[in-house]
Amino acid sequence: MNPRRKQRLITVGVIGGMVAGAISLMLFALNDNIDLFYTPSEIIDGKGKAAVKPQVGQRLRIGGMVVEGSVQRNQETLAVEFDLVDIGPIVTVSYTGILPDLFREGQGIVATGVLQEGNLIVAEEVLAKHDEEYMPPELAEKLKGIKHVKPADAAITKAAPSY
Amino acid sequence: MFNWLHPYAKTERAYALCNTLLPYFFVTAVVGLLVGFIWGLAFAPSDYQQGDSFRIIYIHVPSAILSMSTYVAMAIAGFVGLVWQWKTAYMSMIAIAPVGAILTFISLFTGAAWGKPMWGTWWIWDARLTAQLILFFLYLGVLALYGAFSDKTQAGKSAAIMALVGVINIPIIHYSVEWWNTLHQGATITKFGKPSIAPSMLWPLLISIAGMVGLIGTLVMMNLKNQILRRELHRPWVIALLQKTENR
Repeated sequence: MNPRRKQRLITVGVIGGMVAGAISLMLFALNDNIDLFYTPSEIIDGKGKAAVKPQVGQRLRIGGMVVEGSVQRNQETLAVEFDLVDIGPIVTVSYTGILPDLFREGQGIVATGVLQEGNLIVAEEVLAKHDEEYMPPELAEKLKGIKHVKPADAAITKAAPSY
Repeated sequence: MFNWLHPYAKTERAYALCNTLLPYFFVTAVVGLLVGFIWGLAFAPSDYQQGDSFRIIYIHVPSAILSMSTYVAMAIAGFVGLVWQWKTAYMSMIAIAPVGAILTFISLFTGAAWGKPMWGTWWIWDARLTAQLILFFLYLGVLALYGAFSDKTQAGKSAAIMALVGVINIPIIHYSVEWWNTLHQGATITKFGKPSIAPSMLWPLLISIAGMVGLIGTLVMMNLKNQILRRELHRPWVIALLQKTENR
């Protein structure tokens, strides 16, 4: 390789390395602040080593599993209330609006809202989270014991009067 | 080390190479996309959680994964151009850029169409989605910067520097789902270990990815041939080639 090419190679390499370094440092510094994300146990016991608890009235995002049997729908309006759990403590979320298709009991969800007294979160947005696993329904039933029920079917069976 | 590459710095050799590779890419594209899409969209089983909506994966995942690979290819071409100062390298870089930009757009669009029914939103400023949007802007930036100079050597140099700086975004996109709490789920196939997707769904996905590689190759080769012809219009070999096509 002739000296001029070598010099250009080094210059490009050094500039690239410096930019990469600067951006990694920036992201590293931002790491703690990039999201206001809490789990139910972090809301009650505090987050991180310093155990920082969120303030009442603070806007935050919360992620957890919907507790089975905790979903209460208002019959007249779109209001719905449910409990979220991760490893123990339970937080209640209330929301008015249309829930995503994947919202079911036992499903992981992410909600954005304002923290109120008594570990209640009034949510403006509820989003369903799914994992990276894809499999046919028969396999899911065999592996995990998950029975595939389409949300529409489930609603009909629940709403149907018992004869 | 790279001596075998040197002949392709000549536009005539590069043009001939494009012509040789084009049929292979084209056949891969037609076979891969037809088989992958028909198998995936019509015959693969539906997902236990998402039902038939998950089938958009057969378009979303190939375009998303390959939008990143294409960016790396573009940056490597830019790097070669900067260090060895070959105009064919700059031409390849600029032949790849629009294809990559469209792939990124397809991945963003199909992602939004998938997110609405499943997550409940078209868009969220989640780390993965935002980084992918930045990738789209990087592609557009490279194209715009190249178009902004009338001296094409200068244009190639500036666009290559922009492409190289943007490479930092590629690991950020890939690891965003691990570094931050994102709504987007983690990696299914681009990870170490067993893919977390049933084999009956994985095969059509891999075939679609192969088909998409073929399509990208076809489009880039065609674009590169055009770039070469346009830049070398007054060279004897181009004039001879044009006369040959006219006589036919």
